[in-house]
Amino acid sequence: MKVTILQFPGTNCEYDTKYAFEKLGATTEILWHKSEEVPQDTDLLVVAGGFSYGDYLRSGAIAKFSPVMKAVKTYANDGGMVLGICNGFQVLTEAGLLPGALKRNEGLHFISKHHHLSVQNNDNIFLKKLECGDVVNIPIAHHDGNYYIDEESLKELEANNQILLKYTDKDGNIQNPNGSVESIAGVCNKEKNVFGLMPHPERAMEVLLGSNDGVKMLQGFFE
Amino acid sequence: MKAIVNISLKAGVLDSQGKAVHHALDSLHFDGVKDVRVGKQIILQLDETDKQKAMSEVTTMCEELLANTVIEDYDIELV
Repeated sequence: MKVTILQFPGTNCEYDTKYAFEKLGATTEILWHKSEEVPQDTDLLVVAGGFSYGDYLRSGAIAKFSPVMKAVKTYANDGGMVLGICNGFQVLTEAGLLPGALKRNEGLHFISKHHHLSVQNNDNIFLKKLECGDVVNIPIAHHDGNYYIDEESLKELEANNQILLKYTDKDGNIQNPNGSVESIAGVCNKEKNVFGLMPHPERAMEVLLGSNDGVKMLQGFFE
Repeated sequence: MKAIVNISLKAGVLDSQGKAVHHALDSLHFDGVKDVRVGKQIILQLDETDKQKAMSEVTTMCEELLANTVIEDYDIELV
């Protein structure tokens, strides 16, 4: 299993992501955004979290024009697995690889804490090792995590089982920290090979650090 | 030529910054404010001298980069 991790100027979660996937047994490569191709042996491409280009203009808006993004689009359109975490999720929505957009948090504050999430759909490679309704405890750390999608597209997401995770309390009852439509924390594309979420599973790999629920999530990408 | 691009959240998309500013104005007793929307303004100095060409170019800039049309509207003024 080879995981390629994208790095833009301002990315800061690439080493956590590398640690997480290596702990699960993968080999990893950090790929600078100037690269014009995705390594051929890549089994999973991760757009890591951080603040690409300082979040200038809008989070993810400038990163989408980095040279590597053309290759990422081709890789995704050919069925390659792509996972965007936090800023990575913002980049993928800006690039049009995932539906919707991420707005400023409703309370206007940067939120950094553990939050519970409930699994909405598991008929995809990412969450296949979890059951629908399972609750995981994963850190969130974002200013622009307020997921927006118009009503019509929301219906499509629901009909195609594209909603991955919702923010909840520890019992799985909806608890919305940032104003996201339907409390949505993560979605995938219709083809179910491009995934995006605001929470950080790669920061939930050790019980000592508060939670290892990220292990069950990221393990989904392994056979 | 100068292009002034005003970008704001679409009507119907909740503007939490606008809401916060509205609350602040309320607490300062500016009671006559019905609604507040916060947007951003981008000012471009262009080489182009033809208005029509400039408009078409700036529109493309807005569609591709300056605005996210999923949540934002834009308005272009050439001066």
